Amino acid sequence: MQDLIRRYGAGLTGLMVLLVAFWLLMLVIIPNITLFESSFRPYLPVVEMGGPKDVYSVNNYLKVFDGSIETSIFGMSFMVPVHIRTFFLTIWYSVTVTLACFVLAYPIAFYLAKIANPKSVPTLLLLLFVPLWVSEVLRAFAWWIILALKGPLNSLLLSLYLIEKPIRWITDYDAVLIGLVYTYILFMLFPIYNAISSLDTNQIEAAEDLGASRWRIHWRIVLPHSKPGIASGAVMVFMLSAGSLLVPSILGSTTSQWFTQTIQQWMNDALDWNTASAYAFLLLFLCTAFVSLVMWIFRVKLSDIAK
Amino acid sequence: MSAGIDLENVVCDFGSFRAVDHVNVSIKPGEFFSFLGPSGCGKTTILRMISGFTEPTRGVIRIGGVDVVGQRPNQRPTALIFQNLALFPLMTVAENIAFGLEVRGVDKAKRRARADELLQLVDLPGAADKFPSQLSGGQKQRVAIARALAVEPAVMLLDEPLSALDLKLRQHMRAELRAIQKRTGVTFIYITHDQGEALAMSDRVGVMSHGRIQQVSDPREIYNNPVNGFVASFVGENNIFDGTVVNPASGMASYETSLGTFRARLGELAKGKGVKLFVRPEHTAISLTAAAENSVPVTISEVSFEGSFISIQGKAAGGKTLVAEIRNDGAATVPAIGSAAFMSFDPARGAILPDAETDR
Repeated sequence: MQDLIRRYGAGLTGLMVLLVAFWLLMLVIIPNITLFESSFRPYLPVVEMGGPKDVYSVNNYLKVFDGSIETSIFGMSFMVPVHIRTFFLTIWYSVTVTLACFVLAYPIAFYLAKIANPKSVPTLLLLLFVPLWVSEVLRAFAWWIILALKGPLNSLLLSLYLIEKPIRWITDYDAVLIGLVYTYILFMLFPIYNAISSLDTNQIEAAEDLGASRWRIHWRIVLPHSKPGIASGAVMVFMLSAGSLLVPSILGSTTSQWFTQTIQQWMNDALDWNTASAYAFLLLFLCTAFVSLVMWIFRVKLSDIAK
Repeated sequence: MSAGIDLENVVCDFGSFRAVDHVNVSIKPGEFFSFLGPSGCGKTTILRMISGFTEPTRGVIRIGGVDVVGQRPNQRPTALIFQNLALFPLMTVAENIAFGLEVRGVDKAKRRARADELLQLVDLPGAADKFPSQLSGGQKQRVAIARALAVEPAVMLLDEPLSALDLKLRQHMRAELRAIQKRTGVTFIYITHDQGEALAMSDRVGVMSHGRIQQVSDPREIYNNPVNGFVASFVGENNIFDGTVVNPASGMASYETSLGTFRARLGELAKGKGVKLFVRPEHTAISLTAAAENSVPVTISEVSFEGSFISIQGKAAGGKTLVAEIRNDGAATVPAIGSAAFMSFDPARGAILPDAETDR
């Protein structure tokens, strides 16, 4: 602080601190506290607000257990509350997206960090970045067009005689998964790329010299070294996917429902912000718990990720 | 177990740059062989070609009589010790050493036993469960050696592994490396730009410059009978005289310079133009009266006391500085700065050599 004042003067330093404080307090902390507080209050007509019925309870949170439907899990039928079903499907498909991102990003990251000619790496990274210049909405719509039943992807596959009749891509969660992988893969790629870049190439060569096969070099040398990068990529992709609203809304089908869409329906269709807040905090807390659990299983510390 | 290595007409080009130019060397099984040369002379490229990380553009590389060109590093019976050692930081010392055995499917108990055995060999017992980051430079060095020995290589390749150590430790590790080599009998190929290391450890040394081998010989021969000016100057110091050869006869010749005519050995390759006379400072004597031959009058310009020897600089006519080193036997008389003296050398100790590298 002393340092900042000496360098920029009291006025400018004060302004910067105030702006940061305003951003944190007014745009992050207070809205969240307000939502958190209202998530414990019932949704009441305006005249009854603050009245005798306006008391704190966890009723909004318990609404996830309402309205069971029949769901088959591993061939057996269960009655599962519809919102809980949506929640678990969201988690399940977010995990799938995370794994798919890892499987796709790891080889690319390794190629960029260790195999590609260092001179061409900036160009390749730029090419990876360019799509980010386009808004997420437009990119999701682009996939909606590409994946359409009579869209370019099907006509390409048909013209190459790879398929005999068009594939219905936008069905169930299929298109949502494709869209999410496409949207968030760079959040996986860059942490892994950074981690692998910091690996001394001599270690790879030393392992090979000692007789290790390519697979073993990756398993024993490259993967353990890049674990923090993989972990931070996985956390980002998982959290962003589970919290994504845009892609599931645009690329979803009649049989797909993302938990964020349920929150949005509480908020915009039912106009019940209280329950919507409760659901939003459920998603946040349970995802955080899930991520912590996975990190504990893989023995990743928070400090590894923050690097 | 140990194998010889033959390099035949090995050439390695990187684009238009020729890193290794027609190298022919035959290294015997169980030999401690050093490639000595300045950085960029191609010695590391030779090492990488033997280990398989770089393929030669042309030529044949045989290990134990088998042509290995085209084999991957993990198929060759070589083990490379990297300049930065490249220990695996996330594995314990024992896991590091046993990595080559793990790769070969040796079971865990046997791996551990072998790691402990090797730690004994490199004189580092009790370090098995430490991580490399907990070790000192010299200890890491030993772990790297043990890790390479674990796979029972026919050839050990060492890429300046001592360069990161401090002077005392470096001298200690020289003796240690030499002892380990003798104990295991493995062929060691050592890369260095440090002439002291190469001379002290090796059975034979190959001096390199610009991708070519200049001379292959035992350390004494390299130092005492360098074939050309490059080898003479790279390995040790010299007083160098410019002049022309007159009356060459049976290995000796007279050499006319501005400081007089000297008699000295005529090097085999010293034909035609571009030859110089090289005399080592420790072969240069200093006296108050002129010697019978090869004597130059000088004025003493600097005396530096180095402990075991004394280095004396003298200015000859025309401003040329000559250096003589005399052994400090405790009673050596040192001429005062500014006094007049004579510097001389035995004809058998002066060599007329091509002044630069030899193209061959």
